[in-house]
Amino acid sequence: MTTTAYEPNMVLVNETFDVVGTRPIRHDGADKVTGRALYGADFDTAGLLHGKILRSPHAHARIKSIDTSKAEALPGVLAIVTAKDLPTTKAGVIVDFGEGNMELKYLRDNILASDKALYKGHAIAAVAASSPHVAEEAAALIDVQYEVLEPVLTAPEGMKEGAPLVHEDLKTEELGEKTDKSSNLASHFRHTKGDLDQGFQEADIVVEREFNTVTVHQGYIEPHPATALWNQDGRLHIWCSTQGAFVVRDSCAQILDIPVSQIRVVPMEIGGGFGGKINVYLEPVAALLSKKTGHAVKIVMSRADCFEGTGPTPGSYVKVKIGAKNDGTITAAHAYLAYEAGAYPGSPVGAGGMCVFSAYDIDNVVIDGYDVVVNKPKTAAYRAPGAPNAAFATEQVVDELANKLGMDPIDLRLKNAAKEGTRRADGPVFPRIGCVEVLEAMKSHPHYSAPLEGPNRGRGVSIGFWFNIGLASSCSISVNDDGTINLVEGSTDIGGTRASIAMQAAEVLGIAAEDVRPSVADTDSVGYTAVTGGSRTTFATGWAAYEAAQDVKRQMIERAATVWEVDADSVEFDKGAFKSKTDPELSMSFKDLAGRLSSTGGPIVGRAAVNPQGAGGSFAGNIVDVEVDPETGKVEVLRFTAVQDVGKAIHPSYVEGQMQGGSAQGIGWALNEEYYMGEQGQMTNTSLLDYRMPTSLDLPMIDTVIVEVANPGHPFGVRGVGEANIIPPTPAIANAIHSATGLRLERLPMNPGAVTEAGWKQRK
Amino acid sequence: MPTVYIPSLMQSLTGGKQTVQVEGSTVRQVVEALEQSYPGMRARLVDSGRIKPNISVAIDGEVTTLGMLQKVGENSEVHFLPAIGGGSHNRHGG
Repeated sequence: MTTTAYEPNMVLVNETFDVVGTRPIRHDGADKVTGRALYGADFDTAGLLHGKILRSPHAHARIKSIDTSKAEALPGVLAIVTAKDLPTTKAGVIVDFGEGNMELKYLRDNILASDKALYKGHAIAAVAASSPHVAEEAAALIDVQYEVLEPVLTAPEGMKEGAPLVHEDLKTEELGEKTDKSSNLASHFRHTKGDLDQGFQEADIVVEREFNTVTVHQGYIEPHPATALWNQDGRLHIWCSTQGAFVVRDSCAQILDIPVSQIRVVPMEIGGGFGGKINVYLEPVAALLSKKTGHAVKIVMSRADCFEGTGPTPGSYVKVKIGAKNDGTITAAHAYLAYEAGAYPGSPVGAGGMCVFSAYDIDNVVIDGYDVVVNKPKTAAYRAPGAPNAAFATEQVVDELANKLGMDPIDLRLKNAAKEGTRRADGPVFPRIGCVEVLEAMKSHPHYSAPLEGPNRGRGVSIGFWFNIGLASSCSISVNDDGTINLVEGSTDIGGTRASIAMQAAEVLGIAAEDVRPSVADTDSVGYTAVTGGSRTTFATGWAAYEAAQDVKRQMIERAATVWEVDADSVEFDKGAFKSKTDPELSMSFKDLAGRLSSTGGPIVGRAAVNPQGAGGSFAGNIVDVEVDPETGKVEVLRFTAVQDVGKAIHPSYVEGQMQGGSAQGIGWALNEEYYMGEQGQMTNTSLLDYRMPTSLDLPMIDTVIVEVANPGHPFGVRGVGEANIIPPTPAIANAIHSATGLRLERLPMNPGAVTEAGWKQRK
Repeated sequence: MPTVYIPSLMQSLTGGKQTVQVEGSTVRQVVEALEQSYPGMRARLVDSGRIKPNISVAIDGEVTTLGMLQKVGENSEVHFLPAIGGGSHNRHGG
């Protein structure tokens, strides 16, 4: 097996750049560190009212009646809304948001329940009042009569014959074909490749295990805020915290049944999202309250509201079976994935199915995926949604195969690693990818060969894949006469994308990153731009900035030609200067020419709208050392190395931040985090004191290794970097625990209780 | 001719064939050609003239947002896949 010598960052991109790959201070840095940046909860305006949402105390209940009379009589209360204030919805109407679809009835019912409460925390009614305290008091006075029903809380429970039905009219769909039977199983898919039975017959060793993961939350630090003003001219203005202002606009248009042109969404600064701030929850409710009162209405969630009333990532049941020859060649793999969708169809099981075996080149594969509705909040995206659940299973089974074959676990992965030309089980063939390079960087890293001394300590590795996306992005650039540019884009900035987008424009125009003034615009002020999600923003909106800068460059070349009274074809742009191809005396810097725009024809504005494909997948791997307390079962992470193929790191500091952030969330998911559910479906740990996210005291220094296998599908070789890094931590830690204790943990989280229980079972 | 990979759950319509070759330079033409050779395909894939909400089309490995309008090359691979989120409008990741 060949490996490359360790380098802190493996750079396989040959081209060098002036701005791309450097580490300038982010453009929004001063506002953020001085506390001047304005977030959704900071928004204020004249006559502002405050809203509060009443939520269901039951996980599954029929709503018999809602009496709002006592609440309406409370001084300071101006309006109350329920589902009756939403437009009437016919069943079966599907709305298309461009990058996805959902049944309109489900979309509206998740905003305000119409007939049944489908999870504890489901919004039932809302109040607008003169203060948040009056609104809260009034909400408590609303009298809702329920017929409490038996809840179903896990995918396997929901799939059982005779299970309580979450939706009496839901029929299972199998790729375009619906069955006649009502069921909690919303959909089933199957990917097949080769001959699974033949593959297992060729295997010398087969490992099969079952795994369970539980519901976890994205844990963004900023709870959801939204303010709406339904103006007297009929236009609806919304100020909110979102990953996609246009998705908020389009969702509200569908939910409220008004044209998109009547809605303007202003994205405020965002305090984290991780996929959880794509769906709307508060915005339509605030809009209805504003329409009734004639005032702007602001609603801000509590932490408990976020846990119970937004979209966590699903619990799941995953069974994985893999067979291999004695030389380590994997001959067959089968996965059974059953994911909780929450109250409405649409779990990320499809993404789980795409990723479950995608790090490997396997000839014979079957992947079955099941989307199951349960009485929990409707799941939402969470950083590589669906992939960590699947990798927790696959990467432990691969580790067990390596143990039984007596092979180094990275060598086994390298022997079977996916590469350019590998056909995934779901069909597509990989273009240039960096799976092998990530594994080689892990193998040659000093961490992997460092002695691990002391009792109860172990080391684990794993790898994960995320496919990334492109989608639509828009950008415009105007040139200032001092040689700077104003860049307007539509991607909300969660992780430093103002900088990574601005740097791509700066690179094209030969100016410094600091000479770009990037701003995130509202939906009236920039072309359609899809969500900041799917690790797409630096890739796609960066591409839009690249194209807008090219547009500026073309126009500037024409101006230089005007100044020099030559043909534009004889002018070129090189290293920040416009030059004549024929006369070396004719040269002008970008700044000099910018200062002459008004006298040569007026302002220059470049623009671009893109919808690129070729996002290129990203692979991430971890090496983890742990120590397990044999008495308490507590797992301490001693050392953690995160390796990821990022294509080209536009701003390496923010790439490292993404890698560390994803790793930290993965460690929390691995060791502590869970919705601790009561038997009737009540989450019992709805504060961050009890929902145990890791703090800095729980985490080691997370070392990062940036691998750069340029994405041929992007002008600068970018691959999205935001998500793949959360996939490997849970199995890497599980494998490390096995290395330390011999225990194979088959459920998340691997908290002290789970580790201790596994120890008891082993000793029986 | 483009090669269409038939999902396993639809192979009953193609007599068990995993791949078929049909004429067509757009997804719409490919679907019509499939319907001609394997009746029932259109109903499984298309509703009101559009690819069904819970199905994605990938051409040469790239999921398209153009649906029936997507161009298909002479040697392209066409895959019909379950839409990633199965009906959610946040299917593309976080």
